[in-house]
Amino acid sequence: MSNAPVDNSRRRFLTAATSVVGGAGVVAAAVPFIASWNPSTRAKSAGAPVEVDITKIEPGQLIRVEWRSKPVWIVYRTPKMLEQISSISEDNLKDANSTADQQPEYARNAYRSKKEEIFVAVGICTHLGCSPSYLSDGYQEIVEGQDSGFYCPCHGSKFDMAGRVFSGVPAGANLQVPPHYFVNDTTILIGEDGGAA
Amino acid sequence: MKKFIKTLGLLVGLVSTSAFSAGGGHLPYTVDIDLTDKASLQNGAKTFMNYCLGCHQMQYQRYERTFNDLGIPLDLGLEHLVFTKGTKIGEHIKNAMPADDAKKWFGATPPDLTLEARLRGPDWIYSYLKSFYVDPSRPFNVNNTVFKDVGMPHVLQELQGVPTKQEVFEERLIDGEMKRISLGEQIVVDGSGELSEDEYDVVVRDLTNFMVYIGEPMILERESMGWKAMLYSFIFFVFAVLLKKEYWRDIKK
Amino acid sequence: MFKNLVEWIDARIPMTRTYEMHMSKYPAPKNMNFWYVFGFLATIVLVNQLVTGIWLTMSYEPSAAGAFASVEYIMRDVEYGWVIRYMHSTGASAFFVVVYLHMFRGLMYGSYQKPRELLWLFGMFIYLALMAEAFMGYLLPWGQMSYWGAQVIIGLFGTIPVIGEDLALWIRGDYVVSGATLNRFFALHVIALPLVIVILVFLHIVALHEVGSNNPDGVDVKRPKGTVADEDKTKFEFHEYYTSKKDLLDDVVPFFPHMVLKDLMAFGVFLFIFTYIMFFNPDFYGKFIEHPNFEPANNLKTPEHVFPVWYFTPFYAILKAVPDPFGGMVTMFASIILLALIPWIDRGKVRSWRYRCGLHKVNLIIFAMVFIVLGYLGATPATPFKETMAKLFTIAYFMFFVALWLYSKNEKTKPLPERITK
Repeated sequence: MSNAPVDNSRRRFLTAATSVVGGAGVVAAAVPFIASWNPSTRAKSAGAPVEVDITKIEPGQLIRVEWRSKPVWIVYRTPKMLEQISSISEDNLKDANSTADQQPEYARNAYRSKKEEIFVAVGICTHLGCSPSYLSDGYQEIVEGQDSGFYCPCHGSKFDMAGRVFSGVPAGANLQVPPHYFVNDTTILIGEDGGAA
Repeated sequence: MKKFIKTLGLLVGLVSTSAFSAGGGHLPYTVDIDLTDKASLQNGAKTFMNYCLGCHQMQYQRYERTFNDLGIPLDLGLEHLVFTKGTKIGEHIKNAMPADDAKKWFGATPPDLTLEARLRGPDWIYSYLKSFYVDPSRPFNVNNTVFKDVGMPHVLQELQGVPTKQEVFEERLIDGEMKRISLGEQIVVDGSGELSEDEYDVVVRDLTNFMVYIGEPMILERESMGWKAMLYSFIFFVFAVLLKKEYWRDIKK
Repeated sequence: MFKNLVEWIDARIPMTRTYEMHMSKYPAPKNMNFWYVFGFLATIVLVNQLVTGIWLTMSYEPSAAGAFASVEYIMRDVEYGWVIRYMHSTGASAFFVVVYLHMFRGLMYGSYQKPRELLWLFGMFIYLALMAEAFMGYLLPWGQMSYWGAQVIIGLFGTIPVIGEDLALWIRGDYVVSGATLNRFFALHVIALPLVIVILVFLHIVALHEVGSNNPDGVDVKRPKGTVADEDKTKFEFHEYYTSKKDLLDDVVPFFPHMVLKDLMAFGVFLFIFTYIMFFNPDFYGKFIEHPNFEPANNLKTPEHVFPVWYFTPFYAILKAVPDPFGGMVTMFASIILLALIPWIDRGKVRSWRYRCGLHKVNLIIFAMVFIVLGYLGATPATPFKETMAKLFTIAYFMFFVALWLYSKNEKTKPLPERITK
């Protein structure tokens, strides 16, 4: 007689059934351990939407706020900046029409913003995660015909004033626009879509 | 096996008797709490935020979790139950009192109350809140029969009225004669409070209920998971028994 | 495909051989009763403690300033953190429950006797390591009981003449228990001692499989080669490691699946009790998590009563029973050392209490009861009556060994059965 189970359907059925019950138990027991790696309430609370007062921001100025520990830019674009955004030829941009999901639906437009003059973006280069510099003038040396724009010092990626990436640089996607909405004329809430709130 | 179960029962019995006998001093009251009673919990939260939070924090618990668990809409909670300016819904239940000043005023920093119900038990809290009495020798003019020489004023006095400790008598018919029997020292309230005695009991009970919730906000979830886990253990046991019997069928005893 | 993979591995490490030697072709006496499941359960609890412990360190903060708050962070903010924490805290007590029952089994059936002395010693080392592990782990929540319990126990070392004070200072790394103590206990609790325990458990099992499992009758299931008739030999196929040296009687079954299935049955019952406590009564009337521990450690305020956790209280009672503190400590350590030396204190040749003299049975049962009563006395506030009782029961504890030493020399035993009985 060997130790191998006798070929017996009852034995095989019970073995299978017990294994299934045991396996289900292991899976259920694993749930807390896997779930505990999700952001904790503390992390979520620290990553809660941020309210920003934009009354003091001047034309052409960029202010930085922290949301989920990331830098978020708010830029008050001048009419000249808006004009220059429209003037760029589509061939010079990788994703001129914002086809990639780098922005909420309400920012999938020519200026990638809710209000034309107020541009909100996550200030992290879509290449390897450096934070690009904002050049409010003197951008001519980097991109011809543009007075201002964003330039990433790490690997030289370039973005226009709508956060769109220029061709011929390492970054592959436009700057990300975070969910945001205008609570009123002077306040932006970053981190939440207006409708969902 | 039977012998084993008997031994185990004996052991558990021993352990639990020792546990209860170690419970300490006698409390004048006991309280029934009900964590499913959201109205009671909300009322307790209201009392806590209005009367206790000025001095005592619940620094390990967040407003958001509390309001969600108690069924309080977040915006309403933020408006009516959060009194510190600029506090966000996701923050801990804290007050604005600097700890150093508190130490100066009360002689000690008022303790955090997040875990008070787990530390002392619901009966203690309920009894404590009903056991203040006027004692002019104390700095705040009150003392407490449950917590001797307490360093805290009777914050709920405006609700309860002025409590004094005095000997209470009762007329009883004994051997056909009316006799005045002393019932010992009890706390008597003068009726100057906003609430009747019964109403005060409800407020204190709700507050205790709320503090039990805060001590372990997952109790209800814990117990509902517990039933499932125990049911699972039983099912697993049944299958293990069947499979074991199947394998041991051929083994001669 | 699968077969090829197994062959590929087997050519490189002895996977199949190890599995067969220690699982599917390891002979276990078939009369092993429910007292034999606690070793398996202890292994399960050990795994539980290791896994939940690793997960707790992911959110726990080992510092005097942050420890207490980080435990509440785990309980409230980490998703299912409370499940993991209660698994760990309930597991700690469960560990001692199964280990105490496992040890009592060893005493009942003489599993420490020749040739299992080293097996017993390894077990005692595990027990000691486990006590150190539990003691250090209890400091980590940084509650009042954590703090003052550690203060008292480390203070014990201060009672040693001459070097005591310096030794206690060295252990604490400060004049009182402090953040420095917490950090070193954390390091020992999460790395050093678990490693020691796992290695000792490995050695415990290696020693067990070398000499073979004992059984409730305490009679051997292996006979010298060539002395067993074919019809009395086992019908199962066992590893040649066991069959080449000895003949196996028809009294053994393979460890896997037969014994494992018995163990799994017991596991079902264990899980039922464990989940009940964990989900419905996690502090178990203040025994598994003592209520004063819900107050953060305060070096200026001692709780009204300081007790160690229940699994230490028998020894704590012995400690307090001796008026001289250093004497108390020596007595306490002696009580554990004597237990470790039992293979040599017991001079009997018959293993199981089934076939030993009536006095032995009585002695063992009294010993177990004395242990429980000491545990009760060590966990409740002292009264003059209880202090007297503690002294008496401490003497009774040591009398167990004295009596065993005396009567085991020329003990009148019952005749042993030829083969194992039911």
